[in-house]
Amino acid sequence: MSDVSRHDALIDALGAELTPVRRLLPPWVRTVGWLAVVAIVAAMMLSHYGAETMLRRWHAAPDLGVAALGAVLTAITASLAAFALAVPGRSSKWVWLPVPSALLWIGASGMGCLRAHIPGMHVLDMHGANDCLIFIISLSVPLSGLLIWLLRRACPLRPVLTAVVVGLASASASACLLEIIHNVDAAASDLLMHALAVAIVIGVNALMGGRLLSRA
Amino acid sequence: MPQTLAINTLTFRGPWVLLRGLPDRVRGIDQAVSTESISANEQADRQRAAWMAAAQAGDQRAYSRLLSDSVALIRAVARRQGVPVDTVDDVVQETLLTIHRVRHTFDPSRSYDAWLSAIASRRAIDALRSGGRRDRREVHDDFAFESHPDRDDASKHTERDQDAQRLRDAIKTLPPGQREAVEQLGLKERSLAEAAERTGRNTGALKVNLHRALKTLRDRLHGEP
Repeated sequence: MSDVSRHDALIDALGAELTPVRRLLPPWVRTVGWLAVVAIVAAMMLSHYGAETMLRRWHAAPDLGVAALGAVLTAITASLAAFALAVPGRSSKWVWLPVPSALLWIGASGMGCLRAHIPGMHVLDMHGANDCLIFIISLSVPLSGLLIWLLRRACPLRPVLTAVVVGLASASASACLLEIIHNVDAAASDLLMHALAVAIVIGVNALMGGRLLSRA
Repeated sequence: MPQTLAINTLTFRGPWVLLRGLPDRVRGIDQAVSTESISANEQADRQRAAWMAAAQAGDQRAYSRLLSDSVALIRAVARRQGVPVDTVDDVVQETLLTIHRVRHTFDPSRSYDAWLSAIASRRAIDALRSGGRRDRREVHDDFAFESHPDRDDASKHTERDQDAQRLRDAIKTLPPGQREAVEQLGLKERSLAEAAERTGRNTGALKVNLHRALKTLRDRLHGEP
């Protein structure tokens, strides 16, 4: 069979099995959907633990509030970037969108280690820092899973890049949620644990998520 | 890069709505670059976007026209990516299948060509990678290939059979005297004396008949009159 008739045969076959499809929603709508799930978890945690500890902490050390804002913005921009990257024909420059907010998040967290400690609030020991690690990772797993499941309906042509952004989105969202129950002052060990947790989440996503997304 | 921006914007389906928000400087450049070729491309792109929108709703005719129209675009993308000529059509097939699978991801308010190019270049890269893997794993020894021909070549065997059949057919058409000479001296490999004894002809006549028969056969098998 010649190549031209081979293509014609395939086109006929594809035409014959054509069915109407439901168009994919715009990336920002899908982003709002995922963020809504995160917001519901946050609301549940706030109603259980209350916001006082969090607000007192931010009041005593505004840089922690800035870091939290950076994490929130990173969760929003990274998830939007992931949904945009998963649509064919969208620019790969979307991957830079979460970078400024991620820098704000990391920078403000780092600054927290340099200033004087909040009076009356204890500094985290290694045991407590371990809990942070476990919290961020265990919350990132379902959030990443949900994001990957949603992204598989699209067509991520750059699966590993998309998975890295997915990792960033879910790690930053988990860090935001951790902020609600995090009644300790920032310290180098704490920051290190956060950085480690985020790196693990992004790394695992790049390895696993890339494979899951490339099958989409 | 305002020029690139303007060209990209032009490939969208509703460029004028988007352009309204751009500064005057950019709009000026946009008018300067909106040559005939760009507007023709834009027109074609819009048409394809409309066909895809119809296909998403289940219109088979629009879909077939769109896919036929896409083949040349896919080929161009594959060649630009450096796909070897003999693999380009495989990339076309893979891309057509992917288009079918992910047709719901196309947004009709955006460029169809950009959407298709992204998918086609991904499939082209896949083809290049799998080609590279194959080349690394499979060894091709030109020298061995040339100097050790296959002894039990099936096609050669068939060819020999066909040649023999053609010769037998040609012998059957010879005049009786010549045929007799070929059968006795050529095929059965008898000596002149034996053949003369069996046929009752003298050896001279047998020699002449064989000579004539071979000439006739040679002419016939080599296509001469």
